[in-house]
Amino acid sequence: MTTTYNFAYLDEQTKRMIRRAILKAIAIPGYQVPFASREMPMPYGWGTGGVQVTAAILGPKDVLKVIDQGADDTTNAVSIRAFFARTANVAVTTRTVEATIIQTRHRVPEEALTADQILVYQVPIPEPLRFLEPRETETRTMHALSEYGLMHVKLYEDIARHGHIATAYAYPVEVAGRYVMDPSPIPKFDNPKMNQCPALQLFGAGREKRIYAVPPYTTVVSLDFEDYPFERNTFAHPCALCNATDSYLDEVVTDDKGGRMYVCSDTDHCEERRANGHRGNQLADAPLDAMPRIEAAE
Amino acid sequence: MTVPLLTAGGLTKRYGGINACAHISFTLDEGEVLAIVGESGSGKSTLLNILAGRMTPDAGDVRYRMRDGVVRNLADLGEAERRLLMRTDWGFVHQDASHGLRMNVSAGGNIGERLMAIGDRNYGDIRLSAADWLTRVEIDTDRMDHKPTTYSGGMRQRLQIARNLVTSPRLVFMDEPTGGLDVSVQARLLDLIRGLVADMGLAVVLVTHDLAVARLLSHRILVMKQGHVIETGLTDRVLDDPQAPYTQLLVSSVLAA
Amino acid sequence: MTLLNEPVLSVKGLTKGFTLHLHGGVQLPVVENAAFDLFAGECVVLGGPSGAGKSSILKMIYGNYLTGAGEIRMRHDGAMIDLASANTRTILAVRRRTMGYVSQFLRVIPRVATLDIVTEPALAAGLSSEEGRARAASILTLLNLPERLWSLPPSTFSGGEQQRVNIARGFAGNHSLLILDEPTASLDAVNRNAVLTLIEQRKAQGAAFLGIFHDQEMRERVADRIVDVSAFAPCVREAA
Repeated sequence: MTTTYNFAYLDEQTKRMIRRAILKAIAIPGYQVPFASREMPMPYGWGTGGVQVTAAILGPKDVLKVIDQGADDTTNAVSIRAFFARTANVAVTTRTVEATIIQTRHRVPEEALTADQILVYQVPIPEPLRFLEPRETETRTMHALSEYGLMHVKLYEDIARHGHIATAYAYPVEVAGRYVMDPSPIPKFDNPKMNQCPALQLFGAGREKRIYAVPPYTTVVSLDFEDYPFERNTFAHPCALCNATDSYLDEVVTDDKGGRMYVCSDTDHCEERRANGHRGNQLADAPLDAMPRIEAAE
Repeated sequence: MTVPLLTAGGLTKRYGGINACAHISFTLDEGEVLAIVGESGSGKSTLLNILAGRMTPDAGDVRYRMRDGVVRNLADLGEAERRLLMRTDWGFVHQDASHGLRMNVSAGGNIGERLMAIGDRNYGDIRLSAADWLTRVEIDTDRMDHKPTTYSGGMRQRLQIARNLVTSPRLVFMDEPTGGLDVSVQARLLDLIRGLVADMGLAVVLVTHDLAVARLLSHRILVMKQGHVIETGLTDRVLDDPQAPYTQLLVSSVLAA
Repeated sequence: MTLLNEPVLSVKGLTKGFTLHLHGGVQLPVVENAAFDLFAGECVVLGGPSGAGKSSILKMIYGNYLTGAGEIRMRHDGAMIDLASANTRTILAVRRRTMGYVSQFLRVIPRVATLDIVTEPALAAGLSSEEGRARAASILTLLNLPERLWSLPPSTFSGGEQQRVNIARGFAGNHSLLILDEPTASLDAVNRNAVLTLIEQRKAQGAAFLGIFHDQEMRERVADRIVDVSAFAPCVREAA
């Protein structure tokens, strides 16, 4: 006997509760709205926050893409995509340009997003001040009173210890000139994409029970010092498969002799480029269809 | 006629049936050091915490003349204002330095925090200020990037002082700043405090049970017993010509080395 | 500037007694109705036997002892004030700008260099750092304290050297009234002379001195007048 679920698993009252939290989050960009996170059929740490946000905003006509570290074909992405396919019977895709909702763990797609799209981030620890100030009572007061000196202490410590701001991911940002936010563990390479983005950006932390948002066309600035300004990291090599020089690369170990290659972390981006004729040095003479597209399950 | 910097009016605090502070009033001028002395249970620490806005009194008020010259009742300050005051114009030196420092942040970060909190955004400048202050409190600047967990008790206390003074506060509260330190370390620290108070024209409210510390550092003294002010006046006068029986008892009990 | 016909210090009806609460409240009367005046440019010495209350009178004037009754009128910032009823703020201001005190022994503040100790009152009087140090240096030189000692804290000095630091500190400000409580007791003849020179220099500049000197010779050389405080001995009242 097959169990029937409500559309997208959550009951309608829960969805309304989450939507209220989302609306409040959009009204106060960067502010962490507490919400009554539900028990989900996957454990904490596996994207329950992102899943609840997606479930609350999903409609029958939506096209859903799920990525994990930029890839559509890792375990997390495959499971969540299958989850929504089953509980919502909604169309799914791996192509960024086709999606209306993109749920992501730890990356922002390379393809520029449009005003018709929503990006849902999975967040482990929503509180950017947590590592230096363990008391929730204190961090709430600091946000309320805009007391963000401690955030710069963290960056100061980085420079003192490493000679540069060593934070490589989850790099703190200031949203709409008011709240300091943790953008989730995306590489700092992706931070500039958050700024003035036409798409709505939603953030869900299931275990910590917080939702926050960056509305479309909002100013998002990475924190830094005057004399140590925010720098987007660059890569020494282009993508080995599609030759892209401006995408975030993953390091892939190719053999047991220490061989490596660097490929786009965003699998869809890489495939699109290859489909358009771009070739990296690892593709060499391989024919175009040697790397099959990943077909999404219906 | 100069307006006092800090005015305490009728401060009262009870813990159940016990009077920690009973109708305590006094004023403090800019650049003046007031010692509050008493034995355990006298209420001196409670009084200090009320004055510093860390505790609300059951009755009475504390008024402070802000940098713009306006006298404000502490109870009327919004939380944001109060916290800003405590980070800029005030300092609080705890008896245990680890209560007044971020132990998992480097010494430079500890000193720089107040500067970063008021908007300083130049790493180089912040570091220069931190180095300057470490020198003033006689800590080797080589230790700037070390955490206070690696510091001795005396060094931690000096770091705490630097952290408090970096924004040139006008009023500093000190709760037994030399308590628990070795005698030789105490002497050095007291000396440092004396020098900084004189150089910076600080007003200080200093709680201590040690009359020698009071004599060395303070202009005026408040002697407390069981929540009441037993005697007050110029420090050298109260210690050399004590009038109240309890004060005479305190003074005569001091051991001479 | 100074009105020569008005005293810089005028003591009237000054009375003092100690109550020893720890000894059953025993009362020790010290002086009763002490009165005398001090004019600019002069040195008055308090005379009388030991225990007659000379030191107590000096301490009451300085504010170190509480006054039992009476007035201590003093010229401060151009006006006459009563120190016996003055508040602490006033007394502190008077000590900074008007009235100085030299005790018999140097109370040593640990670890501070001699030159800094002597410079401190000059700075409190409003001199710049350079001017203060220069003045401190000249006084120390006058008192024959060798320059090699100036950067050392005085705790290791001999009694006589410490006392000279004490005296130098007392003279480093711009005080127009200086109180000296047996300042030369531990000094040899050469240094007593040096102190005398200092006093005479300041007297010539208009400063007034009130002091206690046990050394007869010193007393005769320095005093313009001697006030015998045994005249102010309290009447002993028999218990009824």
